[in-house]
Amino acid sequence: MPKVKVPRKSTSVDMTAMCDVAFLLLTFFILTATARQPDPLEIKTPSSTVQFKVPDKDLAIVSIGKGKVFLEIIGQDIKKDALRRMGELYSTQFTEEEAKRFGVLSSFGVPMGGLKQYINMSPDERKKSGYDKDGIQIDSTRNNELYRWIEQARRSVADLHQTEMRVSIKGDSEEEYPVIRKIVDVLQKQQVNKFSLITSAEGATK
Amino acid sequence: MAELNSGGGDGKGGKVRSKKQSTRVDLTAMVDLAFLLITFFMLTTSLSKPLAMDIAKPDKDEKNLDNRKELKASQTMTILLGKNNKVAWYMGIAGGEAPTIEGFADVRASLLKNKQKVKETMGKDIVIVVKPTDASTYKNFVDIMDELNITKTNINAPAIDDDPTHLLDSEKEAMKAGGIL
Repeated sequence: MPKVKVPRKSTSVDMTAMCDVAFLLLTFFILTATARQPDPLEIKTPSSTVQFKVPDKDLAIVSIGKGKVFLEIIGQDIKKDALRRMGELYSTQFTEEEAKRFGVLSSFGVPMGGLKQYINMSPDERKKSGYDKDGIQIDSTRNNELYRWIEQARRSVADLHQTEMRVSIKGDSEEEYPVIRKIVDVLQKQQVNKFSLITSAEGATK
Repeated sequence: MAELNSGGGDGKGGKVRSKKQSTRVDLTAMVDLAFLLITFFMLTTSLSKPLAMDIAKPDKDEKNLDNRKELKASQTMTILLGKNNKVAWYMGIAGGEAPTIEGFADVRASLLKNKQKVKETMGKDIVIVVKPTDASTYKNFVDIMDELNITKTNINAPAIDDDPTHLLDSEKEAMKAGGIL
């Protein structure tokens, strides 16, 4: 009598479908990814119930944390143009290469005096250099660099995109109000009476 | 047919067949890699976009005084932001009514109450004046703007007066007495 043979089943599973799904997801995430920028400032934004999303162009974000002010201008073309204008104002020449490097920089808080050196550094050196330890100058009324930056960026947006630049303030929850007031004063000095505050989402009812 | 190649020696004399190769590829490594990349991209994408709260501040233009609007005192409610996440509010003119000091949890009820009162007695919408003092934090400011938004007391654009010189003595006194300045 012949033995009943139990057919040995293969342990390998068909992974084609799984592979398909995995790559589909992968493609989706790659395409939607806007890589999270490493923030030079740790900012915990307060939450609110507003539903209006931050626009992703023609925008300047003023970040405030620990009394320091950083600026981020959205859009590479605007950033380059603003840099060129700032160079003219402060009689510093920026090469095409430097403008390109500046274009990919996210938020920065470097005084104009050290900007050229800062641009030419590698990311690691930038962190060590301490050029951005004070943020952008806002104190002196005569040489208010934040004022100039915003002014020039607004001109760039008006020239290149024919629209008004929006200004957003991204402040840390624990930031004292006087610092915010300084920024608002800078904006109001150039008739920017309307701006937005960046907040994180919160449930509609508490 | 399949047994042809299974044995070691009994294939003697048979045709030399080339082994039929399986078309299956081992996908394990590929799947591993794919999931690793998925994880990476999922973690680095900022999924929730931050939200923007629009703020309009009164124009500071000193030369053009025509754009100022006169308000009735009984129509306005002034909210002073103090320290320790406390606010003081009063209706009408400063020094008239003693300011009420409360936390952010209770402000909403007060706002709604005053909104209704003004609407009933005057038939007009309430006007809010927000005065953030030096003792308050940025969070307080965002919170109060959010409360105004929730209670819909911002039909008349709320006036944000953050000039420290505009803080009246009577307001300072009241806030000091309440221990929030």
